[in-house]
Amino acid sequence: MRRAANHSGFSTARVGAMVTRYLYLLRSSWPRVAELVYWPAVQVMTWGFLQTYIRAQANASGVAGTMAVAGGTLVGALLLWDALFRAQLGFSMSFMEEMWSRNISNLLITPLRPIELAAALMTMSLVRLAVGLVPVSLLALWAFSFNLWGLGFVLVAFFVNLVLTSWAIGLAIAGLVLRNGLGAEGLAWSVLFFVMPFACVYYPVATLPSWLQVLAWCLPPTYVFEGLRAAIVAHVFRLDLMLEALAINLGLLAAAGGCFLALLESARKAGSLLQMGE
Amino acid sequence: MPALAIEARQLAKRFGATMAVDAISFSIEAGSVTGLLGGNGAGKTTTIGMIMGLIAPSSGAVRVLGVDMARERYRVLARMNFESPYVDMPHRLTVRQNLRVFGRLYGVADLSRRIDELSEGLALTPFLDRAVGSLSAGQKTRVALAKALINDPEVLLLDEPTASLDPDTADWVRGRLETFRRARGATILLASHNMAEVERLCDRVIMLKQGAVVDDGAPEALIARYGRANLEEVFLDVARGIGPERPA
Repeated sequence: MRRAANHSGFSTARVGAMVTRYLYLLRSSWPRVAELVYWPAVQVMTWGFLQTYIRAQANASGVAGTMAVAGGTLVGALLLWDALFRAQLGFSMSFMEEMWSRNISNLLITPLRPIELAAALMTMSLVRLAVGLVPVSLLALWAFSFNLWGLGFVLVAFFVNLVLTSWAIGLAIAGLVLRNGLGAEGLAWSVLFFVMPFACVYYPVATLPSWLQVLAWCLPPTYVFEGLRAAIVAHVFRLDLMLEALAINLGLLAAAGGCFLALLESARKAGSLLQMGE
Repeated sequence: MPALAIEARQLAKRFGATMAVDAISFSIEAGSVTGLLGGNGAGKTTTIGMIMGLIAPSSGAVRVLGVDMARERYRVLARMNFESPYVDMPHRLTVRQNLRVFGRLYGVADLSRRIDELSEGLALTPFLDRAVGSLSAGQKTRVALAKALINDPEVLLLDEPTASLDPDTADWVRGRLETFRRARGATILLASHNMAEVERLCDRVIMLKQGAVVDDGAPEALIARYGRANLEEVFLDVARGIGPERPA
């Protein structure tokens, strides 16, 4: 008998197999790796130089301190937004590779459980995020004296919440693509940009009209960006915001998991899993 | 009484207004090779999809190795496998990498040895470390077959396994399937348009038309029943609605 004894329940070996599959893919294609670093680097350079320019103008007009804080908030928000976007792309792009290579049927007839596939995609989201953001955060430190890592535990709290949000969005998109085919692929790139204005990335929630503030506070990233501003401007760690974000994230993740399973079942009923494509 | 590998009971699938599979019932004995024959749209691929649990039946049930595929498929998926030229494997991964990944998903023990065995048996060694996307159609079919055999399945489902292959390569693949069946005693269900292939490989043929089973029997028995020289002529009779010469 060639098979291992146990095929019931959650298997870390099968999660490991899928992570290995995605790492093989990354290793086989340097443009895929370069792309992970390229866009965050371009973003940080663009906004970092803008911050430098504004600071120089502020120095000349005697408001340097205020503008330095504003600049730090801008670059910090930019890096955290990119962390959210990259983590979601890391999840969604790994999933999309299965669709592009028409391999999803092969996977769904193995003992791989949906939760194991999701766990592998979550792992890859962290791997791709690390590959992209670690060098770029070092670039921000070197070129613009913005030390993201100096935030310490606060940064961990921010990242945990942003990554959980990205996984919830990634799961829902994966379900939609399974159900509707690659016609739904564009969502992987665009969904977060719909969230962006309401998540108050670059401005406080108070900037929004009061009726939109209600919507903003339903989005976990809003709490993170408010927390970032509190940390940089007032040097305060808002644990309350992080815990509220965590609670919403856990609810979102559960809902997204349910949504993924329901859409997978709907794809089985529609018979679309055997001929995945456009 | 021989054990049953696959049992379909009143299995039906409707897609909107189209009845793709219309309440078909059949049983397949363990260790047999059965062909699903039918023209385009006869319901072959849908039937295979339901047997694998990739398509949810509208009604009816299918059991594989005694397990209800609608409710408990994870109990049996490690004991079956599937190959189709219409389902790809990751192109950028090498043959060896693909086999490693699938071997680990199936929980294959002593995976390196199994990959070596398959490489030898299916003549993969010369391109084992090449990307799947760089291979010819015939080589890709051999790799897909290696993937389908990686877990030494008790039930193997094949959807037109030699489609688009040249006659020599197709003959070679059929030979390997015969070898596997003899060595493993596996149950094979084969959907095909190739009558010569079905005559050579199958102990039994289930003929489908518009989602319904229209005939069922050993190839030679069907040929005799329809008074024809070969299975291709039987297929044409069935497709054109011409019944058998003698009652079954």
